[in-house]
Amino acid sequence: MSDRITPSDVSKVASLARLTLTDDELATATTELSAMLDHFAEIDALDLDGVEPMNNPTHLVNVMRDDVVGETLDRDEVLAAAPLAEDDRFRVPPILGLDD
Amino acid sequence: MSAQPLYVNDDDFFPANDEHERWEHRGYEMVVGLEVHVELATQTKLFSASPNRFGDEPNTNIDPVTLGLPGALPVLNRHAVELAMRLGLALNCRVQKSTFARKNYFYPDMPKAYQISQYDEPINADGWLDLPDGFRVGIERGHLEEDTGKSTHVGGAGGRIHGSDYSLIDFNRAGVPLVEIVSRPDIRHPEQAKAYVSELRSILVAVGASDAKMEEGSMRVDANVSVRKPGADFNTRCEIKNVNSVRSVGRAIEYEAKRQIALHEAGEPVIQQTRHWDENDGKTHTLRSKEDADDYRYFLEPDLVVVDPGPEWIERVRAALPPLPAARREVLASMSGQPANSEAVLLVVERDQDAYVLEVGKQSGDVGLALKHVKEAPDLATVVPAGRLATLTTMESNSAVTATQAKTIVESMIAGEHERDPEAIAAALGFEAMESSELESMVDAAIAEQPDAWAKFCAGEGKAMGALVGAVMKASKGQADGKAVTALLNAKKS
Repeated sequence: MSDRITPSDVSKVASLARLTLTDDELATATTELSAMLDHFAEIDALDLDGVEPMNNPTHLVNVMRDDVVGETLDRDEVLAAAPLAEDDRFRVPPILGLDD
Repeated sequence: MSAQPLYVNDDDFFPANDEHERWEHRGYEMVVGLEVHVELATQTKLFSASPNRFGDEPNTNIDPVTLGLPGALPVLNRHAVELAMRLGLALNCRVQKSTFARKNYFYPDMPKAYQISQYDEPINADGWLDLPDGFRVGIERGHLEEDTGKSTHVGGAGGRIHGSDYSLIDFNRAGVPLVEIVSRPDIRHPEQAKAYVSELRSILVAVGASDAKMEEGSMRVDANVSVRKPGADFNTRCEIKNVNSVRSVGRAIEYEAKRQIALHEAGEPVIQQTRHWDENDGKTHTLRSKEDADDYRYFLEPDLVVVDPGPEWIERVRAALPPLPAARREVLASMSGQPANSEAVLLVVERDQDAYVLEVGKQSGDVGLALKHVKEAPDLATVVPAGRLATLTTMESNSAVTATQAKTIVESMIAGEHERDPEAIAAALGFEAMESSELESMVDAAIAEQPDAWAKFCAGEGKAMGALVGAVMKASKGQADGKAVTALLNAKKS
């Protein structure tokens, strides 16, 4: 087991994902993520020069649809499933994280 | 396509740019790059079949993909790809194999908690846009991405996000196809930034990629601004948002450049941040600092596959491109006798009214006079048939009516009087061609009444002519043709 990722890295990633971790969870996540990175390090060690990167396991290219209007959802039904709605819109808490 | 320009340093990009004037303030110059988001003119969204329509009732154009419901999968809109290609080709870009990525962030206008965008492999790369005066702005990329929903902030100080009590979200706009066009930091003058936005808008409209209405938000401009001593390295930049008109683009970057110059002179740091342009006080304000927000953890979108247009599709799109504004300005210039970067030619092509002006020429009218009238009275092109304007310009060039009378007739035609027939309007207004003998006797009378002015005119004092022409105009109640009066006076002098 190597130290490919530190608890402070994990803590930052968790905060970007809006996750709150206890100290125990942080330790577990650090160990588990390190093991995953060890696995990828094995791939990194291979000589892959000249190998075309695989963007998708299906090898499909150019999957597209025509620009034709289809069905939409019923607004009242959708808004009824929302925690809060007002004026035919979704109501959400004040948006924070902005300085002034 | 020609070889791609090598980008060693922005100043090496296009040497002829050096010949253009640079904005300068207290020994500093501005370094500006623009990021322009445009909504594509498709029927449906980028990844789902809900209508792409501005102004509908809130939350009526929504579907499982738009709302990010579990299990919903995106399918790419072929027409959106084609419109992006049209724009890329019009901007001299390399159209290439591209992929989509997830840009992760939490914001209520983005229900999936990520935006699908193109990251390291955009569909359009490395092009340029030439401004009407010949200044060339490099284009770094033009990539596809989805738009966000629209938030309305309730409570607090007048709908501002800061201090609001809560927000209301309409997802009609979420998933609407956008192309983001990122320029290189080549712009050195507020007028260049304005010309870039105008020219880009004209190109977007010409190729049918977007209606590009800044006032409706279908074209949105962000400006990256920094300042430096000429020739020095780039300094820290700030991004200016909420620039909603061509005029504000110029005002906002000039204000921001001066703000940064004051900081440099005071020895204070310029902090990299996003700033909000306030049209009312004419200033930029801190919106958020950039450091943390930039950690978007991009990764390849696993629900979409590679888009590789390939040479055949690219050539088909290229071949179908309509004439671009620059080429149309050249045509209008050569047909009207006005310079290609004259205000009249620029304005009329920007308004997409050049075809109308040229049609006047095809109907045996005078293109130069038609251009002048359409520039001054844009409504002509929408309400007056080209044949009618052709008749008027012919009457004007034959001196059957004067320039002043022609203007009055234009107003009447737009107002719909006398079936917009210029001959009928001229007759109704009494704009009969004056008999030349009648005009000559008025000129003789003016000379007789003002012997001093006549003597000065004969002695070569050009200014004296005004009094004589004015007298004839008065006597004829404005119906005399100024040019004819001048010609008569000159003839009598010799």
